[in-house]
Amino acid sequence: MDHSIQVSPSIRTKEGDEWKNRQVPSRMPSRIAQIRLVSGHPEVYEPCDDSFALVDALLADRMYLLEHKPVLCMEVGCGSGYVITSLAIMLGQGEDVGGIHYFATDINPHAVRVTCETLEAHGVHAEVICDNVASSGLEKRLGGKVDVMVVNPPYVPTPEDEVGRDGIASAWAGGENGRTVIDRILPVADKLLSDRGWLYMVTLTANNPSQICLVMREKGYASRIVVQRSTEEESLHVIKFWRDPDLQVGAAKDPSMATTQRTTSAVVMDSLLSQFPLLSFWRNNNNSST
Amino acid sequence: MRLLTHNMLSCNIKGVTNGFPLRLEVEKFVEKEVEFNSDFLKNMFVKIEWKALVNAARSMGYEELPEEADSSMLDSDEFLKKFHHALLELHLEEGALICPETGRRFPVNKGIPNMLLHEDEV
Repeated sequence: MDHSIQVSPSIRTKEGDEWKNRQVPSRMPSRIAQIRLVSGHPEVYEPCDDSFALVDALLADRMYLLEHKPVLCMEVGCGSGYVITSLAIMLGQGEDVGGIHYFATDINPHAVRVTCETLEAHGVHAEVICDNVASSGLEKRLGGKVDVMVVNPPYVPTPEDEVGRDGIASAWAGGENGRTVIDRILPVADKLLSDRGWLYMVTLTANNPSQICLVMREKGYASRIVVQRSTEEESLHVIKFWRDPDLQVGAAKDPSMATTQRTTSAVVMDSLLSQFPLLSFWRNNNNSST
Repeated sequence: MRLLTHNMLSCNIKGVTNGFPLRLEVEKFVEKEVEFNSDFLKNMFVKIEWKALVNAARSMGYEELPEEADSSMLDSDEFLKKFHHALLELHLEEGALICPETGRRFPVNKGIPNMLLHEDEV
């Protein structure tokens, strides 16, 4: 059986009673979205270092992702559509693995249109929704069903009133420490992800990624860095989160645990830091700032 | 927008308690062939509000779905084919989704629902 990635050569659609065959670029040799086929708009964030880092992380994990056999994948903040298109190409639409369906959301109405164009240009499909993280209520009806979630959030530290503005600013404006939108996404991601759900998220050093890992750890997620990227301007990490059944969710409820509760954070932090030596410089930064 | 997606969306304006299912206003719909996969359908069945799917499909002129459905019907290929068609192959291209409680209209253009809320709605 041929396991190479194939893209259907045409999309058959019916308008009224009339069937139409529309050709799409045949036999995509690349395993990810092609930049020349990525659509654009002045108000939409173009694929940049952070987008490439996220796609690299997904590529690095591709074999695991295929073995994972996700049913539903989702991107929050799809921008140009480069990442969700790349994911759909690298995993396929699941013809031989049981059907994979993709969802993509963005707050920017221009971005969702551009995402659709990018998907179409590559002959893959995702359901695209214009949504402000949770305004569509997806997390209520689709809760516990998403097996793979990818997020390249607006992570740049900005004044709080720049968050959620119209247009391209929504792609980067992250509020205090660049955490405002990230902190809004984390609980929604927790609701959406299935028991075997994986979350890939881009973070900046200024976002305090070790603290993000801690927040997720308290929700029962283990984490690891998949990709690290440093430029003169910023240091990016793509962190993967997955539910770890061995982790206790929330604070200890048993009163006898009360004495140890105080140190839970410290223990968790230590284990995180030992797991990821890279994180130690974040701790040093934190210490020096307090 | 597939009816799968319609089945997952709701109106979340502050104070709205009954924002599901959204009523479909169909200006234009298309049918797109999607590879049949029974595992996916069986997996998703528990998540689907059947009545909402039946009515949404009906608003696109597809009347083949039974009024009621339970998991025992998932053994029938004939049922699965109809479920597949309604859930994945009927797309709302142009139109709107209407909140059952407030009548708020969420436009759907080029197959993309705009679920953004205004500032005074959150």
